Amino acid sequence: MNSEVTTQPDGGENVRAYTVRMELVDEPGELLNALEPIAVNGGNLLSIHHERGSLTPRGRIPVQVALECVADRFDDIVTALQDAGITVIEAGEERYSEAVTLLLVGHLVETDLSDTLAELESCPHASVLDFSLSAPHNAEDVSSARVRLAVGREALAETLTAVRALAEEKDLRVIEPQLDDWGG
Amino acid sequence: MGNVGRKLAVLGLGAVGRSVLELADAYGHDITGVADSTAAAIDSNGLAVADILGRKDRGEPIGDADTEAVLAGEYDTLVEVTPTTLGDAQPGFGHVRAALERDKHVVLANKGPMAERYPEVRALADESDGELRFEATVGATIPVLGTIQDYGPEMITAARGVLNGTANFILTRMTHEGLDYEHVLAEAQDLGVAETDPSFDVEGTDAALKCVILANVLTGGEPGFTLDDAEVEGIVDIPPSALELATEDGRTVRLIGEATREGVRVGPRLIPQNGTLAVTGTQNIVQLSTVHAGELNLSGRGAGGHETATAIYADIARLPE
Repeated sequence: MNSEVTTQPDGGENVRAYTVRMELVDEPGELLNALEPIAVNGGNLLSIHHERGSLTPRGRIPVQVALECVADRFDDIVTALQDAGITVIEAGEERYSEAVTLLLVGHLVETDLSDTLAELESCPHASVLDFSLSAPHNAEDVSSARVRLAVGREALAETLTAVRALAEEKDLRVIEPQLDDWGG
Repeated sequence: MGNVGRKLAVLGLGAVGRSVLELADAYGHDITGVADSTAAAIDSNGLAVADILGRKDRGEPIGDADTEAVLAGEYDTLVEVTPTTLGDAQPGFGHVRAALERDKHVVLANKGPMAERYPEVRALADESDGELRFEATVGATIPVLGTIQDYGPEMITAARGVLNGTANFILTRMTHEGLDYEHVLAEAQDLGVAETDPSFDVEGTDAALKCVILANVLTGGEPGFTLDDAEVEGIVDIPPSALELATEDGRTVRLIGEATREGVRVGPRLIPQNGTLAVTGTQNIVQLSTVHAGELNLSGRGAGGHETATAIYADIARLPE
């Protein structure tokens, strides 16, 4: 069989999601300083988790960035970060390798939506990529939300457990994705 | 062929029992006993099915015998199609025991005994010269259990699918029409797709029982599972807005049941709109994950009188001479 050559849009081939964990000095402009090498080297930022409140033992601020880029540019990004004087603690693909979508149903607004998002974002191996809310016309009715999370393959079960616990706490209902990986 | 001319005793005369009687002639078997919840009829030479159904339609007793007499009467295969009961699964369990202790074959559509007391029923069948079959308990006509048996349960790692037509009809209609749950439920009841009391279907119990049976088949009853072991969530009160959000993203929601050797989970799940599991209306689908041959999909009508009776007659055809 002859294989047809398919053309792909620029950068369309082999784009993957990565996480970079860094420690930043607590100085103005440091976060921007860390993000610039990513953008300059073709990385597309997905999320930034900036824990200003929790300093490392060395008095630095842990920052976790999720990004997408073409696989062979990732090393350039990490090198550029290091060249910019940023301490890179961990960089790799293994943590955010899958995107899962789920629905939340319930009194999302009344149960502090921004807190719900923050809780989701704080799952150690997940990052919120997208969030869509459908609020009811009538305030007493429940609302629905669609959440897309970047999750490490290894941490999928753990993340879903965390989402279920969060939902239970807020009396929300989770409609989980049916995972393709089943049957062992 | 060989497998015709069996003498069948039928316990239960709801939609399924009625269909078993109606189709007996087409499959070449005789009905030598039949019981509903109030009366029974027996004739070792074969009952006139039309007369029985006529009396049932007129609200008259179907005969002057009782269930005990049918169980003690002449038959080689007991067809147990009384309503599914939970917990002790009675009276179905007692019927199965009585027949197996007499070394008769037993074919069930009643899910109760196979979901709630699998190891006990299995033990009774092992002691008996009669054979036990229950294809009709999971997905009616869809040959799920026969396929698992053909491949060997040890060659199947898990089963999952859409196993309740009522819930699937409601979710499909809500998604396509943007209507709320109560509205579509009422419509389903008008169409006869949902029962007056739909809780068994919409709360996920029916799908869970089927998955519990599948899990029991996968483990051979060691360990045995019951409904209490299943994690079950239904489709009640899913708002149309949730289904809309799913549609916007190329996805849809279905009530999916999963059975593995570790247990059973049933609940609404987000799946790709054009995926294999996204069957519509009252259609059912079961996916089997095989050890050596990937995924196998079986779909069809998972409920209904003739559909369930068809599975019962398939089981009867599989019985030894």
